[in-house]
Amino acid sequence: MTAISLADATRRIDTAGVRAILRGVADPEIPTVSIVDLGMIEDIVVTGAGIMVELLPTFVGCPAQEIIRDSVVEALAPFGLSVSAEFTFRVPWTSGRISALGRERLAASGFAPPAEPAEVRCPYCESARVAMDSAFGPTQCRSLFYCRDCRQPFEAFKPV
Amino acid sequence: MTTAVIALEPRVSAALAEFLLSMADDEFVIGFSDSEWTGIAPILEEDVAMSSIAQDELGHARALYELLATVLDDGRDADALAYDREPEAYRHARLLDHGRGDWATTIARRFLYDTADAARLASIGEGWAPLADLVAKIRREERYHVMHFTIWADRLARADGDARARFVAALEMLAPDASTVLAPPEGEAALLAVGILTRPMAEVAADWRTDVARTLGPLGIQLALEPAANSGPARTGHSDAFRWLWGEFTSVRRSEPGATW
Repeated sequence: MTAISLADATRRIDTAGVRAILRGVADPEIPTVSIVDLGMIEDIVVTGAGIMVELLPTFVGCPAQEIIRDSVVEALAPFGLSVSAEFTFRVPWTSGRISALGRERLAASGFAPPAEPAEVRCPYCESARVAMDSAFGPTQCRSLFYCRDCRQPFEAFKPV
Repeated sequence: MTTAVIALEPRVSAALAEFLLSMADDEFVIGFSDSEWTGIAPILEEDVAMSSIAQDELGHARALYELLATVLDDGRDADALAYDREPEAYRHARLLDHGRGDWATTIARRFLYDTADAARLASIGEGWAPLADLVAKIRREERYHVMHFTIWADRLARADGDARARFVAALEMLAPDASTVLAPPEGEAALLAVGILTRPMAEVAADWRTDVARTLGPLGIQLALEPAANSGPARTGHSDAFRWLWGEFTSVRRSEPGATW
């Protein structure tokens, strides 16, 4: 059932409309990539009672979860319905959930999108002559790499 | 869309609570203990790595305490379960009662713990969906820990002189307590009956000992690992090193009881 409030009659309140708004909610650390493109939205349910968004954390202990949840609630507030946004482990987030656009934007921001170490390319010069310095980077979801061609250190998303 | 509380019969629910508590306490204690390396690890990459791994473990602990809170349903949340207990009420394995020690001891403890923890996680079945779902996610992260500390074990064992000597001495010091991670939980039969566990811990521990020997054998290290003890003595009667750690990790919480942080 889809409910459309009179006050907001010009705006469609359905899952596609909600998803479109969520495209404007960015990862707190990478402002060019939305949580939709990172594959963090598992489900959107719109009923007369409100909007429910089911989110997947990239890592179990990711400390950005509360900020992301609050951002989702805030972004959907203009619909004028009650909003619940909850993280779940019902489906495991995997790096394969990042969209093509998400991967492109990660690379443009200087982060190699997730790939097995042998497949990682330098996000600056696209060289394959890269070496993993450490599987563990400054956040749980990223590893440290070094490009032997353009001599830049860079971070790569861990494949999980 | 919140985690549905699935009704469990009391016997299963009690066994599950004890099992969740032991896993959560293991992850919490080793995560907090390893976070002590932040800022003082021997090289910068390891400083970052150890901090990140500690953060993973504390995240796993939180998620496990949250599941435990739904099973106990006694009004305590994850923070209350993690912080508001006396030291005697913690149920982490005796392996983690040893302090972090020097770098060789930390690597030895992590190698033994992560390989045992991976074996334990692999033995958890589909019997209770909330735990099965969480474990599927946690295993994707723990794979990196096992890789990391297996590489470090190899590196220290192949090093000349002091590094190898200290690493081997640390392994031998920890060996008698290593299998406490895989001590059969109380109520194991009930967990096996409903498929929360797929194999008896004694079997899991036997395979783990073979795997450890397969990694350390080629490095010229023969480690005498004990068969798993009963979970009672394996997870009670904690050390002074743990009491000190408990004082550290509860200090902020105790400074302002009831505060919202």
